[in-house]
Amino acid sequence: MYQIIKQMLRTGIKSGTTPQTDDALRNQIQDINAQILNIVGRALAIRHVDAGSCNGCELEIHCLNNPYYNIEGIGMHFVASPRHADMLLVTGPVSRHMEMALKRTYDATPDPKLVVALGDCGKDGGIFGESYASCGGISKVLPVDVIVPGCPPPPLAILQGILTAVSRSKNA
Amino acid sequence: MRLDDFPKIFAQLPGAMPIWHGTVDATGYRALCKQVLHGGGKLLALWGEDKTQDSVSQKAAGYALHVALVTAPGLLVLSLPLAQAEVRFPDLSDLFPAADRMQRSVADMFGLRPDAESDQRKWLRHGSWPQDAYPLRKSFDPHTSYATEADAYPFVSVTGDGVHEIAVGPVHAGTIEPGHFRFSVVGEKVLRLEERLAYKHKGTEKRFEGMSLQLGAKLAGRISGDTTVAYAWAYAQAAESLCLCTPPERALWLRALLLELERIHNHLGDLGYLGNDAALAFGFAQFWILKEDLLRMNETLFSHRYLMDIIVPGGVTRDLDNAGLLHMADTLRHIEDETARLKNIYDEHAGVQDRFLTTGRVAPDLAAQLGLTGLAGRASSQAWDVRAQFPTMPYEQLDVNMVTHRNGDVAARVTMRFEEISESIRLIRLILARIPLGETLTELGKAEAGKLGIGWVEGWRGEVMVALHSGDDNRIHRLHPHDPSWQNWPVLEHAIIGNIVPDFPLINKSFNLSYSGVDL
Ligand code: SF4
Repeated sequence: MYQIIKQMLRTGIKSGTTPQTDDALRNQIQDINAQILNIVGRALAIRHVDAGSCNGCELEIHCLNNPYYNIEGIGMHFVASPRHADMLLVTGPVSRHMEMALKRTYDATPDPKLVVALGDCGKDGGIFGESYASCGGISKVLPVDVIVPGCPPPPLAILQGILTAVSRSKNA
Repeated sequence: MRLDDFPKIFAQLPGAMPIWHGTVDATGYRALCKQVLHGGGKLLALWGEDKTQDSVSQKAAGYALHVALVTAPGLLVLSLPLAQAEVRFPDLSDLFPAADRMQRSVADMFGLRPDAESDQRKWLRHGSWPQDAYPLRKSFDPHTSYATEADAYPFVSVTGDGVHEIAVGPVHAGTIEPGHFRFSVVGEKVLRLEERLAYKHKGTEKRFEGMSLQLGAKLAGRISGDTTVAYAWAYAQAAESLCLCTPPERALWLRALLLELERIHNHLGDLGYLGNDAALAFGFAQFWILKEDLLRMNETLFSHRYLMDIIVPGGVTRDLDNAGLLHMADTLRHIEDETARLKNIYDEHAGVQDRFLTTGRVAPDLAAQLGLTGLAGRASSQAWDVRAQFPTMPYEQLDVNMVTHRNGDVAARVTMRFEEISESIRLIRLILARIPLGETLTELGKAEAGKLGIGWVEGWRGEVMVALHSGDDNRIHRLHPHDPSWQNWPVLEHAIIGNIVPDFPLINKSFNLSYSGVDL
């Protein structure tokens, strides 16, 4: 236990020391908590669904959960069931084999049911395109609120996409 | 034909790796596979090819089945011509159990089937195309879309007093790739696990067909995103073999550097999750800080956090300057110190060790029989590592120390990762000290149509292979990428037997297999 505490103290607080953060985002972060509270009334619950990615986009979602990005500190967390989620974060392309499972996950999600499509593949199928096995982008299967392009999009871009979806739904 | 003679009889493929290729008949196919097995070799990959529209050989060439086998001198690739799709090919699953799913995939994609007494169930196909349509036949239009049918997969059911089934997935509870696991349990104890994968089948192999060799490199780097460097290198080796291109030496050293960085970032991430799955969230936080530090260094030095699209046929697209070398040395020193500290904490933590030790054990003899490969294989005494056994430039000058363990449990797979991180850091230091100066990219040149090029690289998870059959105009006729997960997924079904259901996430994570890489 002593070793663990010592290591925690040595590590210090990493959150917010993001060298690439632009100031706009830093200022936004001040408002995020308030915005999320305003819209969902509590922390934003996100359910990730991999609908057929190459697993590169997942790597960046994992990173979003590391201490540098401190997402729980700004009022969002990943949940295990779509029934607990306000938002689906979907990576793609949507394989035809996942089409049904993705639709069912969406149906199981309560309002506001925001959908953020991740990556160039989530946008339009990316390098995998559309074929006998791929439906293409997420919007071919679900109504999408925000698209975050990139291959894979880095954590801050994903964060920005999530925030955009939340603030748009407020304005809607 | 005797196996010992193959280096004399078969042609060696041009390029960096020791690879021989020859055509055999059905009897020779089976006989050589048997000799490879008895000589201590193993099955690497098995794939099909449609040559019915072959413009090169003019004559109606039918189909071909190819198998890649690892033997003492190197890789032996056998091609078995099949005049018509109706001709059955000899089953290999009694020799190499891992052949089972590969053969079923060939059946789904080409309509080429193994002997009638082998497992005839579908594998890659769910309900998105009908049973009599074969996507990898040349006559199949990639844009056809069929009405979806129900999958109706015949799972094996376990019966008996108190046995019940737990069905999990395809959508799992965390940020994981989709797949379906069917557990048969008594109380908490798992009697049997059956996997149903291929939910991520997105037509990757078909997509390669007709692509230019240059564009193919981009797609190769996205077969399994976490292994982008290894695939890009294997692809580049295959393309360079076809075009008789030798990349500049500096490029090869940089490729090895990138490959070891990929190994480290994946191992760091897994160590974090393994702590987390044993209820030590501290481990997740700590290791993912280190992983993020490494990814940011990658971004600064190579403009991509995961190093995608840097290895291309002919060389690499980025170089490192002196400031970059120093930056890397600093970052690695930090990661090395912290990882050593964290290893002590994991080793001393009674709760974590209690969850790791003896959990999900694959004994060495079972591992050998099933063909467990890569990192998980080495944790069960399967001493295979392409970098150490078939070292190409620059590994031949680096003397890779292969890490192996014998316990084959979660603890062994954790220790493997710690020790491989240290070894990779040692290798990178040597590379930084010895990398020669010079160009990093050369012209790829032209590939003759109708040839086979193979790339073979030890990725972080295990050995990755790319088989590239050339078409006209520097285009891809057929490409088959092979992920070590093909071998290891079926072994996971054995690793869980007798363990309790709540240990599955931990065991699964300790293997950390790719779905995208095998669903294709
Ligand atoms: S966008 Fe890029 S990283 Fe994401 S799934 Fe597609 S290919 Fe993979």
